[in-house]
Amino acid sequence: MDAFVTWFVGLFSNWGVVWKNFDYLLVGAYPQGPLGGLAMSIIMAVIGIFGAFWIGLAVGLMRLSKRRWLSWPALVYIEIVRGTPLLMVIFWFYFFAPILMGRSVPETESAIAAFIVFTSAYVAEIVRAGVLAIPKGQTEAARGSGLSHAQTMIHVILPQALRNMIPSFVNQFVSLTKDTSLAMIINVNELTLSARHIYTRTMKAPMEIFLAIALLYFVICWVLTAFSRKLERSMSRYQARSNGK
Amino acid sequence: MNYKFNWALIFSGEYGRWFIDGLSVTLQLSGLSIILALFLGTLLTTMRISRVKPLVWLSVGYIEFFRNTPLVVQIFFWYFGSDPLLPEFFKEWLYRQNIEFATGVIALSTYTAAFIAEELRSGILSIPKTQLEASRATGLTFLQAMGYVILPQAFRIIIPPLISQFLNLIKNSSLAMTIGVMELTYMARQVEAHTFHGFEAFTVSTLMYLSLSLLVSLAINQYNKRCLHVRSR
Repeated sequence: MDAFVTWFVGLFSNWGVVWKNFDYLLVGAYPQGPLGGLAMSIIMAVIGIFGAFWIGLAVGLMRLSKRRWLSWPALVYIEIVRGTPLLMVIFWFYFFAPILMGRSVPETESAIAAFIVFTSAYVAEIVRAGVLAIPKGQTEAARGSGLSHAQTMIHVILPQALRNMIPSFVNQFVSLTKDTSLAMIINVNELTLSARHIYTRTMKAPMEIFLAIALLYFVICWVLTAFSRKLERSMSRYQARSNGK
Repeated sequence: MNYKFNWALIFSGEYGRWFIDGLSVTLQLSGLSIILALFLGTLLTTMRISRVKPLVWLSVGYIEFFRNTPLVVQIFFWYFGSDPLLPEFFKEWLYRQNIEFATGVIALSTYTAAFIAEELRSGILSIPKTQLEASRATGLTFLQAMGYVILPQAFRIIIPPLISQFLNLIKNSSLAMTIGVMELTYMARQVEAHTFHGFEAFTVSTLMYLSLSLLVSLAINQYNKRCLHVRSR
């Protein structure tokens, strides 16, 4: 029993290490040094999803095209990226960006590029599913009223499809937020690497440190996931009414 | 761009073997983890639909926490931080094993179990409720009804999503390199470090991952065509 009490008290005695270094977990050495920690993770995720949205939209629409020379490259891109681990994509960018660009590329930039390329393949699939979910009659009616294919897409299909895709985009953003932790492998100082720095420096309380950052990730991701579930519910209600089923 | 390709070097001497070894570790890691994850996921789902409040909360809490934290952080937690949580006899047993590999299996299976539990739950929800009620009425206990009536049907429905979870698991197993498990990505890194021919090394390992996922996707399509009579894609 005594052993159990000592063990149980021990679980709560080391949280001081986390508390003392909490600012490092949140923003890194900023403002004295470079930005890091959670702020860096969020910045990478936001830039990543923004870039991935536009590229994913383009690739998704290419994939839907009836012209082979547009849809095949998109298909190959999507299948290759989705069959490869993100870690591999990060290494590709880390080792080959300097060779291709002819200059050294900062780790943060090559990590963000990898995130954009990786995530846009998944966004493309969301876009494809979203467009296919719009009833065919919409396209036929729009084309019948004299709009061109591009006009139909821009003014009729996409406004509806994109709105329905919002929950999926939020989920993809959650995945990306978790995925930013992989940037640590090429020494980008985001939340996970900040935690490792603290552990290496103090050599104390690994359980508390990693549990603390897990909680930080969890709070962000869980709030967003709950938000997207709520959106999904309210949208399915709207759709059920509009389809008259 | 003054990069000279040297494909022969990558397959010469021991490097070719390293890739094969890495691939085999990746397969062992994912194979072992998927089996454990299936058991744990089934347990979580059974808890989730059991209507016993504490069990439901435990299961929901587990699923939400493991799905909403990064796998790398979980791997680090198990590798560096789980020490105070584990009982003494388990630690002794664990340290006699290959500790990196064992940690990788634990982290990957506990992570994947949360995703499998969600798939399984939606599979079970798609089975009419009357099935459970009928089997309870014929005198089966809750666990018997689950084991003989509900789960066999649910597993059949969710085989395609389960296979794609396995595919995710294979890709996720690359993260085990962060704690030094010598799987495929780790070996590609090693070859790159020894030869300075990263392009070739990463091409070979990427192709290995791609062919694995291609094989798995083919399996899903075959299953959909044969068993579910659904035209895939």
